[in-house]
Amino acid sequence: MIKNREVSITTWILVAFCIINIFFLVTGKLGFDAKGLGIITAVAFTLAMYSFLYKDNPVFKIAENLFVGVAMGYWIIITWFNILKPDVFETLIVPFFNDTGNAPQYIVIIPTLLGIFMLLRFSTKLSWLSRWSFAFVVGLGAGITIPNFIHAFILKQLSFDLLITSNILDNINTFLILLGVVSVLIYFFFSMEHKGVIGGVSKIGVWYLMIAFGASFGFTVMARMSLLIGRIQFLVRDWLGLIQ
Amino acid sequence: MNFFKRTIPLIIAFVMGVLMAFQYYVPHEASQSLLKIVTRWGITIAGFAVFIGVYSLFHLHWNKIKRKLPGWGYSIFVFFGAGITVAFGLYNGGEFFWNDKQQGTMFDWMYFNVQVPAGATMFSILAFFMASAAYRTFRARTSEATILLVAAVIVMLGRVPVGTLLWESLPPIADWIMSVPNMAAKRGILIGVSIGAIATSLKIIFGIERAYLGGGD
Amino acid sequence: MDRLLGIDRRIIFIFVAAAITIPLIIRFELPVPATKDVKGIYDKINSLPDDSHILISFDYDPASKEELQPMAIALLHHCFRKNVKVIGMTLNPGGSGLADKAITEAGEEYNKKYKEDYVFLGYKTGVELVMINMGENIYSAFPNDFNGNPTADLPVLKGVQSLHDFDYVIDLASGSSIEAWIAFAKEKYKFDLGAGCTAVISPDMYPFLQSDQLNGLMSGLKGAAEYETLINRKSSAVAGMSPQSAVHVLVVLFILFGNTLYFLSGRKK
Repeated sequence: MIKNREVSITTWILVAFCIINIFFLVTGKLGFDAKGLGIITAVAFTLAMYSFLYKDNPVFKIAENLFVGVAMGYWIIITWFNILKPDVFETLIVPFFNDTGNAPQYIVIIPTLLGIFMLLRFSTKLSWLSRWSFAFVVGLGAGITIPNFIHAFILKQLSFDLLITSNILDNINTFLILLGVVSVLIYFFFSMEHKGVIGGVSKIGVWYLMIAFGASFGFTVMARMSLLIGRIQFLVRDWLGLIQ
Repeated sequence: MNFFKRTIPLIIAFVMGVLMAFQYYVPHEASQSLLKIVTRWGITIAGFAVFIGVYSLFHLHWNKIKRKLPGWGYSIFVFFGAGITVAFGLYNGGEFFWNDKQQGTMFDWMYFNVQVPAGATMFSILAFFMASAAYRTFRARTSEATILLVAAVIVMLGRVPVGTLLWESLPPIADWIMSVPNMAAKRGILIGVSIGAIATSLKIIFGIERAYLGGGD
Repeated sequence: MDRLLGIDRRIIFIFVAAAITIPLIIRFELPVPATKDVKGIYDKINSLPDDSHILISFDYDPASKEELQPMAIALLHHCFRKNVKVIGMTLNPGGSGLADKAITEAGEEYNKKYKEDYVFLGYKTGVELVMINMGENIYSAFPNDFNGNPTADLPVLKGVQSLHDFDYVIDLASGSSIEAWIAFAKEKYKFDLGAGCTAVISPDMYPFLQSDQLNGLMSGLKGAAEYETLINRKSSAVAGMSPQSAVHVLVVLFILFGNTLYFLSGRKK
């Protein structure tokens, strides 16, 4: 019974969607071209996604899986045109077979081999070769992280020297910031039971964290609502033409 | 064989880590050339790494189809979506993939009319669920939860134009929350996380952290 | 009371949809004064002489488009009005199409020439590796632009060898790229950095504002609306501020109402 009702709801929505779009196409509000048909496709995907709000349904699942596939396809092609083609194909492979006026850059063989080794992760016999590539990337990442993080995120963040001013309110804020940073760090780093002085300071740290989490919650609500506003703007402006 | 499978990767990670960490403090031309070369190589390797993600996704959905797991039919659409996009991308508006990327092709059309609206909408759905959560579960149960709730309400109202109309002190209070207590807590977290990242980096360099080697011998 | 607490979530959804749609259709404008952080970016661009070089990294994808694309467009309009050279790039594969569209459309509106006044370098993966490589030599990181043109021949990049040569760098981010730009690029190669980000990650950016590692920050759609107001080109972000206000008031009312019921029901749920 419920299933019948849902099939009928879906059918009516589809019929309404078709009628509206045919009306727009006939009246010339949407052109019968790549742009007009693009808007209709985009609206179809937008509404299919929102159908999840009623309940999980096949239309949503089809749209979701198509989206995942298209996004993956886009990623592959963009990686080809932006990385593999200019960095490997045109510097190493094309000059090797054709006279392009540039000699092949044989040095590119090393990262290319390491890149191919990385893909051997899925091979049963040769997966150990992928360790060389991962070791290169992970070692490189670890090496650059240490000095850069020490400088940018620790030393720079701990310099309070510029904050002492003649304004008493500013100085109170500076004290509150110092108290917050120290208490949060103590809360995180003392793994012993939080008792006595440590416990008191940790408690202050928790209050600071709660304020920060509250602020983050507020900003997250703001962000999600902004995304929704954007999509509704698209529907009422670009499709329905209700606003300019 | 163990030497190739285990020792060489550990040596590579150690050498790369130590070289790159010290390189930062050596402003010599040779040191800068080394940095330029290895980061360039890193970019190329990372380009190949994309296919690890591609394989994982396709493998997951292929298994779903092969084993006829619940909802396997939907997985076909992943392959269909990816197949058609890759085909349009390779066709490249008739210029094919070995030439430069063309503008305004069907590949771009798929991006702007499928990926962009679907991606943007997918994450906007959360707006509804956040509102629902705010009504159902956001409760002042303890003093900590009350602090969180009050901060959230002030920030939510103080950061939108209507905040000024409700009470003109709301935006300055919201700004103070952001730039004093929030900032202090986030700085504490940042320093803590950075120390953690540095410790992990050291563990990788000295071969204590070996998760990147994966399983097996 | 229990019925009110256990209300069907779809009724809440209808309230949310109405709180956004009604203010969008019945337009009413609310003042959007610029905050100090947004003005930091605006003032910096205003202070640049003609033909300065600005690098904009479009590090977001369609999932954050509704927050960051209006920001990017407002920023590009300001840059082109100021006659500065705009160099775009992305570290997010899903962002390349959006970035290309934003730069091209804004550039064409001001009759700017591709390759001479602006360029989109495209996408590179490896985040911090790309930044460091650009810090050493931008032509090494990006030998070609998004359309395959060799970057070494581009007039728009004349005078630029590395990140240090940019007069200003702006990162528009939906992930952790701002932190990476600070740690691996700004501090090492010394340039002014501003940022725009989704509201979700904005609270995490305040330590960098206070330490002057960022000279300005645009947060979410509100940040974009402030920028649109500053450049006097009110568009979708400003139009989004009335529904944003309405829906925030609604969420606060939900919280207050839910808590009132919670306390009246003896803290049962």
